[in-house]
Amino acid sequence: MAPVPPARHLLRARDLADAHYREPIGVDDMARAAGLSRAHFSREFRRAFGESPRSYLLTRRLERAAALLRTTDYPVIDVCYAVGLQSLGSFTTSFTRTFGMSPTAYRAAYPPAAAYAHIPACFVRRYGRPVRKPASEQHV
Amino acid sequence: MIKLANAQLWVHDQDEALDFYTGKLGWDVRSDVTLPELGDFRWLTVGPRDQEDLSVVLMAIPGPPVMDGATAEQVRSLMAKGFAGAMFLTTEDVRASYEELKGRGVEFSEEPEERPYGIDCGFRDPSGNSFRLTQVRPDIGA
Repeated sequence: MAPVPPARHLLRARDLADAHYREPIGVDDMARAAGLSRAHFSREFRRAFGESPRSYLLTRRLERAAALLRTTDYPVIDVCYAVGLQSLGSFTTSFTRTFGMSPTAYRAAYPPAAAYAHIPACFVRRYGRPVRKPASEQHV
Repeated sequence: MIKLANAQLWVHDQDEALDFYTGKLGWDVRSDVTLPELGDFRWLTVGPRDQEDLSVVLMAIPGPPVMDGATAEQVRSLMAKGFAGAMFLTTEDVRASYEELKGRGVEFSEEPEERPYGIDCGFRDPSGNSFRLTQVRPDIGA
């Protein structure tokens, strides 16, 4: 059998973030899924996908939080917990920094859920994912 | 009438793909033919058991002269990163299908979740091709 390309292991780690963002997972868990040491993993992940694993995991959570704000009436604190974040304060800070407005303001800026086209969730996940600025990425 | 008959997916290894699509996904083999006169080209197709007029071609990434080495490496890399192909499946009961596939060892990238259009989940084949499995809300149709 042909040898497995190294990126396939990195994809498994990326899938872990997409699948288990609700749980308190971190970069260590992603590195384990790829079978690499944390430092080596972070370097290889960034090379393959263009951002750090930590940033990938956080933007997955923020993208899902934004979707929940748009499409549900869950209170903001429940949205925070539903995406695997423990602190409302840091959730609000990350969200505001990324989307340019608070979770409450973001929700108010969008029409109710029923107005949306039925786009498969994988596209919502990919195209709804926020892009974080390189400067703030230094601190995550 | 023009109908869709076959759709192609690149796969990393045809034997590995065959095990996955038949053993884990539970699909049937439609054809598995190797042609010595075409340099052992292997035409391997599979499909859902109850949807006989549609097949997925599990295509090995060729070498030269069909595809030059650099291009083959790009395709291999795109596939391993999960950007080469995608399939969208539907089911009447996504939670039951999820349990069934998970029980057979399918690696899910997303667990069943409520969406505006129904309930769906995601998984990958061993090559990295992505699949969505959706139970479409009855009032909106597929």
